[in-house]
Amino acid sequence: MKNLKKVTKQQLFLPIFCLFLVLLVNLLKDPSFFGISINNGVLYGRIIDVLNRGSEIAILAVGQTLVVAVSAGTDISVGSVMSLAACGTCMVLAGFGVNTTSTIQVPLIIGILFGVALGGLCGAFNGALVAKLKIQPMVATLILYTAARAIGLLFCNNQITYIRYEPYKYLGNFLPGCPIPTPIFVTIAVIIVVMLFLKKTALGTYIQSVGINSRAAKIAGLNSDMICFMCYLICGICAGMAGMVASSRIYCADSNNIGLNYELDAILAVALGGNSLGGGRFNMAGSIIGAYTIQAITTTLLAMGVSTDQAPVVKAIIVILIVVVQSPVFKSWLGKRQAKRLALSKEAA
Amino acid sequence: MENDELITMRDITKTFPGVIALDHAQLTLRKGEIHALMGENGAGKSTIIKCLTGVYNRDSGEVHMEGVEGNINCHSTEDAQKIGIATVYQEVNLCPNLTVAENLFIGREPRTKAGFIDWKQMNRNAKKVMDGLEISIDVTQTLENYSIAIQQMVAIARAVDRDCRALILDEPTSSLDDKEVEKLFRVMRQLRDKGVGIIFVTHFLEQVYEVCDRITVMRNGAFVGEYTVAELPRVKLVAAMLGKDFDDLAAIKNETMASADGEVLLVCDGMSHKGTIKPFNFKIRKGEVVGITGLLGSGRSEMVRCIYGADKSQSGKETMKGEELKIKAPIDSIRKGMGYLPDDRKADGCIGDLSVRENIILALQARQGMFHTIPRAKQNEIADEFIRELSIKTPSRETALKQLSGGNQQKVIIARWLATHPDLLILDEPTRGIDIGTKTEIQKMILKLAGEGMSVIFISSEIDEMLRTCSRMCVMRDGEKVGEIDHELTQENVMKAIAGGGN
Repeated sequence: MKNLKKVTKQQLFLPIFCLFLVLLVNLLKDPSFFGISINNGVLYGRIIDVLNRGSEIAILAVGQTLVVAVSAGTDISVGSVMSLAACGTCMVLAGFGVNTTSTIQVPLIIGILFGVALGGLCGAFNGALVAKLKIQPMVATLILYTAARAIGLLFCNNQITYIRYEPYKYLGNFLPGCPIPTPIFVTIAVIIVVMLFLKKTALGTYIQSVGINSRAAKIAGLNSDMICFMCYLICGICAGMAGMVASSRIYCADSNNIGLNYELDAILAVALGGNSLGGGRFNMAGSIIGAYTIQAITTTLLAMGVSTDQAPVVKAIIVILIVVVQSPVFKSWLGKRQAKRLALSKEAA
Repeated sequence: MENDELITMRDITKTFPGVIALDHAQLTLRKGEIHALMGENGAGKSTIIKCLTGVYNRDSGEVHMEGVEGNINCHSTEDAQKIGIATVYQEVNLCPNLTVAENLFIGREPRTKAGFIDWKQMNRNAKKVMDGLEISIDVTQTLENYSIAIQQMVAIARAVDRDCRALILDEPTSSLDDKEVEKLFRVMRQLRDKGVGIIFVTHFLEQVYEVCDRITVMRNGAFVGEYTVAELPRVKLVAAMLGKDFDDLAAIKNETMASADGEVLLVCDGMSHKGTIKPFNFKIRKGEVVGITGLLGSGRSEMVRCIYGADKSQSGKETMKGEELKIKAPIDSIRKGMGYLPDDRKADGCIGDLSVRENIILALQARQGMFHTIPRAKQNEIADEFIRELSIKTPSRETALKQLSGGNQQKVIIARWLATHPDLLILDEPTRGIDIGTKTEIQKMILKLAGEGMSVIFISSEIDEMLRTCSRMCVMRDGEKVGEIDHELTQENVMKAIAGGGN
């Protein structure tokens, strides 16, 4: 009993529990959800689907976690920035104004770096507005939320630019001879790089200090503005990476659809991970689990035959449940009930 | 005399977790008087007022008001307003984007027969109210067009117009200039002549003697005494606030400090920060403990903030070890060997959700830079060392700072600075709100550090603390450094210097 309490006290307990619950529903409903098979040399299965399709949200959640921690605000531009980054890459690869191409104008790596850099630039813009000009994060990032998609369309000359160049599909699909979808590797790479950066430098402590009490952090010698700026920068780069994966999946830059509403999923992932949207202490692992929980819900609904139009309704209900279960009010209510029951049983004895 | 009493509060006790904020305090307000409520920070002035106006519920005690039956127990400011107690706070609680008239009548606008707001009537009434206070302004302008003083008058007018018999002004003058203060006083006197009882909370001694009739002094949550202005000269008032009687000035022998001729560590020449501290000169030698004294709001904290760079100095220059400093942000002064313990522990010091360990290594880590992480083993070692050395009571070094008691939090912040081995340590009220044992420990620590060659700037509201530790004191008054005392450091001399001229 004591051990159980210790486990449930862990911050990660609830996020994992929620993910577990979603998976349990599948196990009862349709065990084939967990089936993994190999077709044409690559892995197939719902679980693989969740890991694969959840990549973009997981990558976004990594950046979003830092932004939430440092500024107690959210970057709502990430979905649009994904789209912009994708358009930028396709424009550089295909050349401006080209509708569809099977040869690329510059090396693939340059194109991808350009896209990621565009994401970073957007992050820097957001960061400057929030950290230096002290504009509320929601308002500051609203600018790119509206504008980035339109700029992307400009890049692509108002068309959907197709890159029919085989290696461009690797990032969002499969590497030749590898059965595991590449986005999973990309996600792992992003997570490892950011985690290492947080662990090996003092940035993790800095971000939390600034998020908890930026005045005190400043007096203790931290450059609060710079740290805040860096979080937005990292968030932008993550959005750029996610944009690359999303674009590579469909080997084109579909400005209107890439990353649509992903910012909301990213924010939700942070919240589901047990992180306070009020900033301060953060738990990266929680956010990532949250991201896959969201994808698991989506995939489950599709597997159950809920139409894509109705899925958001069911999704909303599930999310409400998860958020309520994690809320401090609910927890204290539960605690009180338990105490009452304990008192009653004692009285009876 | 008795039937003059408007409000009597007796035996008011209020405790917060771990603190007794009010200890059988009392307050008597009479009709047609301006009553100053004085006391150092934490004396319980605002708490007793909040108990009266219903912001807090008192634990025990009685409140009576003339014309109201029985023991009054307000549960909200609305309740208080209903029986005629109005409060105007330091910050104006009005809507700057509404007109003066709207602000005056919000929630009780005059209506036309059809039920719409009768704007003409409202503006006319507003004009009448403001004229009643001899303030002629255009009431149809939005409030933000007027100075803070006028805004404050509007707040007062709003309070007075709702049939108030007792008006509480909680530090209304701290953001006003002399002319505006004069205007406010005129209004206060007018109201007094109409029979309103006014409680006036302020830190400015001059103002008390200019406008008040009676003074209640509080200290450490307890009632010290009630005096008429005539019977309490300035120096006696300071003595009452600080809790020292001139009669029992038993000479506390301050230990002789060494290094009066040591090498000069820091020289400030004409530094200032607009709006908080006027240009000042300051000098400290190696191993010296210099006190900065003055009443709260006299600019003592502002002066050290300016030296440290928490508020950027806007004039003059600062030289440390013969090298001119260019301080843009605190990190620059940390790199040059300064440490600063801010007086507002909660807002400027503690990073509550971080662990004790993280809080201790924070400044050191900041000085080393982001890419030179202190290895975890080393962090643990540093944290353990200070937990032991300062006897910080904490379940473990990984406990969140906010779970510690105030005194232990303070020690953690001190440890944060000691870990950087500063040449100059600035301690702003390090002993406020902590128990007597820890206070002594901190004083001993200051002397020990000075003995090891560290220079310390020490600010405290408790003069005897400074007498015991400092070899020299700077005296601050109204945002200006008005003098230094370097010999005959006695309670009497210091208090006289704080109180300044007049009386």
